[in-house]
Amino acid sequence: MTAPDQNDPAVRKGQEDRLRATWAPPMGLFLRWTDTNNNRVGNWYTATAFGFMLFAGLLALLIRAQLAVPDNDLVSASTFNQLFTLHGSMMMFLFAVPMFEAVSILILPQLLGARDLPFPRLSAFGYWSFLIGGVFVSGSIFFDAAPDGGWFMYPPLTTDPALSGLGADIWMLGLSFIEVSSIAAAVELIVGVLKCRPPGMRLNLMPLYAWYILVVAVMILFAFPPLIAGDILFEMERLLDWPFFDATRGGDPLLWQHLFWIFGHPEVYIVFLPSIAIFAMVVPTFARRHVVGYPWIVLAAVGTGFLSFGLWVHHMFATGLPNISLGFFSAASEAVAIPTAVQIFVFIATIWAGRVVWSTPMLYAAGSLAIFVIGGLTGVMVAVAPFDWQAHDTYFIVAHLHYVLIGGTVMPLFGGLYYYWPLVTGKKLSDRMGRTAFWMMFVGMNVTFLPMHWTGLMGMPRRVQTYQSSLGVDGLNLLSTVGAFLFAAGVAVLVADLFRSPWRPLARRNPWDAGTLEWTQKADSEDWGIRSVPLIESRYPIWDQPNFVRNIDEGRYFLPDAEEGRRESIITTVLDARPLQVIRLGGPSIKPMLAAVTLGGVFILTTYHLYWSALVSGVLALGVILWWLWTGTGEIPEKPEKPIGHGITVPLYASGPTAPGWWAMFITMTGDATAFASLIFGYFFFWTIHADFPPPPTPGLAGPGVFWPMMALGLILAGWALTILARETNARGGVGIARIALALGAAASIGGGLAALAGPWFSGLDPVLHVYPAIVWVLVIWVAAHAALSAIMQLYTLARSLFGRMDPVHDADVRNITVYQHFFALSAVITFPLIAFFPGVA
Amino acid sequence: MIGGLNRRAARLKATLWTLAVPPTVWALHFLFCYVWAAVRCAKRGPTETIGDIRIGIAVATVVALIPIVASGYIAWAQSRTEGDPPPHNASTGPDRLRFIAYATLLLAGLSFVSVLFVAAPALVFTDCR
Repeated sequence: MTAPDQNDPAVRKGQEDRLRATWAPPMGLFLRWTDTNNNRVGNWYTATAFGFMLFAGLLALLIRAQLAVPDNDLVSASTFNQLFTLHGSMMMFLFAVPMFEAVSILILPQLLGARDLPFPRLSAFGYWSFLIGGVFVSGSIFFDAAPDGGWFMYPPLTTDPALSGLGADIWMLGLSFIEVSSIAAAVELIVGVLKCRPPGMRLNLMPLYAWYILVVAVMILFAFPPLIAGDILFEMERLLDWPFFDATRGGDPLLWQHLFWIFGHPEVYIVFLPSIAIFAMVVPTFARRHVVGYPWIVLAAVGTGFLSFGLWVHHMFATGLPNISLGFFSAASEAVAIPTAVQIFVFIATIWAGRVVWSTPMLYAAGSLAIFVIGGLTGVMVAVAPFDWQAHDTYFIVAHLHYVLIGGTVMPLFGGLYYYWPLVTGKKLSDRMGRTAFWMMFVGMNVTFLPMHWTGLMGMPRRVQTYQSSLGVDGLNLLSTVGAFLFAAGVAVLVADLFRSPWRPLARRNPWDAGTLEWTQKADSEDWGIRSVPLIESRYPIWDQPNFVRNIDEGRYFLPDAEEGRRESIITTVLDARPLQVIRLGGPSIKPMLAAVTLGGVFILTTYHLYWSALVSGVLALGVILWWLWTGTGEIPEKPEKPIGHGITVPLYASGPTAPGWWAMFITMTGDATAFASLIFGYFFFWTIHADFPPPPTPGLAGPGVFWPMMALGLILAGWALTILARETNARGGVGIARIALALGAAASIGGGLAALAGPWFSGLDPVLHVYPAIVWVLVIWVAAHAALSAIMQLYTLARSLFGRMDPVHDADVRNITVYQHFFALSAVITFPLIAFFPGVA
Repeated sequence: MIGGLNRRAARLKATLWTLAVPPTVWALHFLFCYVWAAVRCAKRGPTETIGDIRIGIAVATVVALIPIVASGYIAWAQSRTEGDPPPHNASTGPDRLRFIAYATLLLAGLSFVSVLFVAAPALVFTDCR
């Protein structure tokens, strides 16, 4: 086959027409919402997260209005509790984290020269889950049913239904649903960064934004699952009275604090790093030079990612832990200042070495770094335990965390908004309004939060509805309120600027004269993402590679066409970005939305104790997901390979570790294993803290014995071995044996799950009686649920084989479920010996 | 002999996994120190002395620093790989290797310091109060 002549305008026109038709968005009042293209989903995602931020900001204004004067009764104490709880929860779960996912879905493909991320439908599913869960949680305040236990929901206050209403369930279940969508986004972004880079973009040429996103997405995999595990225990206590956090029955409220903060502290960096990542793109553009010390930024991102997991107890300094434990966490909290500071020095060095253009985004960068550094310094102060004991639970902490989050997340995102608005809409925002908004916010922020350091040190605790004049903080509080309204007015100017945007003319292409790949996009951009996937030879290809933009536009690089009318992108190797495969991407579909609605039903209906309806919703969700997988994944292409230009031909199908789907399974299961490890941590936590764990084997408390756990282990390992047998025999052409192995494997999985439940069932373990039976039950239910999933996967793969959708060459399905089986078998190997033998050992 | 060692180190494979070795060692050291002290103190109460744990932490610190230094040394040798002209940020194999190696070296430095930070409380605290 001869290569097309890219010099011929007619050839180029034909290619563009085919690309345009292939990537055309669905039209119509409803169908337009079935789109999965990253530019639309990313836009919806960003706008929704921005909307939630404005709503949560309004709640903050109500809080400040209530606190403006002493003995105020503008809102009741109950409403006040709901206001600050929802403000914190929304800002964290509905703004900061989703905003990072949203912005990444929106711009990462452009940064990587990809047509889209590898799983566009997964992004759409994540968005719809986020929207449903977000509206559910935030809407609760209109029914006086919002959560009111503070954003970290400490038991035993929040686990006691008499002291906390439906709000606690809404928080747990609504936000758990959103955590699922965060993990979906993490999978999408990790695979996107590692496998969807353009040819030539080796690891050392990756945009710094992508480095940060990779680190943050991996952090999500290890940070969110402990919270999900905590949520499971929490809801088990609220709905079924299983006493995980009830000290009178062997439980311990501190376990929640550990699980929450193992999530909660990395969370701070999960929301900070992506925002600073925007600066890593903004600063070199306006310093007009390559970033100084690229590997140092990688050090900062990776180093912060690791160290941030060793800090969680610094939120628990006042809980009475031994001093030596506090010392370890205090030391790690000081150590994390090193990588955090490194990246700030890198930016300063880049600015110093460059010829700086003081644009509006740069103003935001400089201003927010100043704010962030102040928050960082008070962070170093409260990381010292004796100081923290003085400042704990006072307004000093409120000041510290707002300096960190406004300087490290909110203002950088506004800077990013000014920087990337032309990329998304083709139009620039107003510099005058942008600078006005900046100064109002900068001054307003400092007027609000600087006085709070004194308010706190003078003794005003956080989360109180009002205070008395005798405390001597009237003036400081009034000042904070004035500042808050000034900050809000600044945000209003920014929002007005956004709303004026549609009436402004198109900006020129690459209006900032940036050097990075995303700015090759035209102002009136097409839906195809990039005209041809470039060969990358520099970190700043627009500056360094001659005729770079023209060659992209004229389709002179890779994959300039859509001959088969299919949405495609290139998959490359992790280290060196060598082309491996052309992936066929999922197009517009209603299935992600249906999956989100039905899965959301499970969480929302459970909140109202409508268990049968929730079960029906769950079965429907399973059906929709299987339908989605069956019709949209693992498709056998019409030809084995296709040329992508420049004499390179790559396969259209891949399985095993070269395929994105395999990586997605591996990454998902890593998150799943972290949640499982958190439950195991719970088991050992109780054993560490309480001398009566496990309790003496009286009726209802005697362990599950040895027989059933070992039976379960044997059956699950048999299912695991049979799946591996199926994979190997199928690859060698033994399709019949593979099918039998899969069928037997499914039977073994089901048997293993039932045997797991039989142990505590026949020994009469009563989970309401004491925490020991409760945690054993949770562990076996976890394994049994995974056994059910395992059987569904084995039967699904069997069906794929029977219906000709899987054969010895096209075997992605069986290879992917084998990854699941490895993790599942590992969880069984840990669980069953633990519950069978540990009580005897302990 | 040192030249030979450097050449052997430079030939080892460098990947994203090797990049994560030094901070992973930090994490293991951190968990070891915390879990041992926390379990003992929870089981025995605030009057318990922890002389053996302090010695254990000192040993663990030395043991943790060995792979961190080794990883840093290998990375240092690899970061001097020749083959391309400066500034060493082109799309070539040697430059990619130099980059991963240099980032690993920096992470080894950070992990080295952080391990010492985490071990420091054992110098001060002698019991479970």
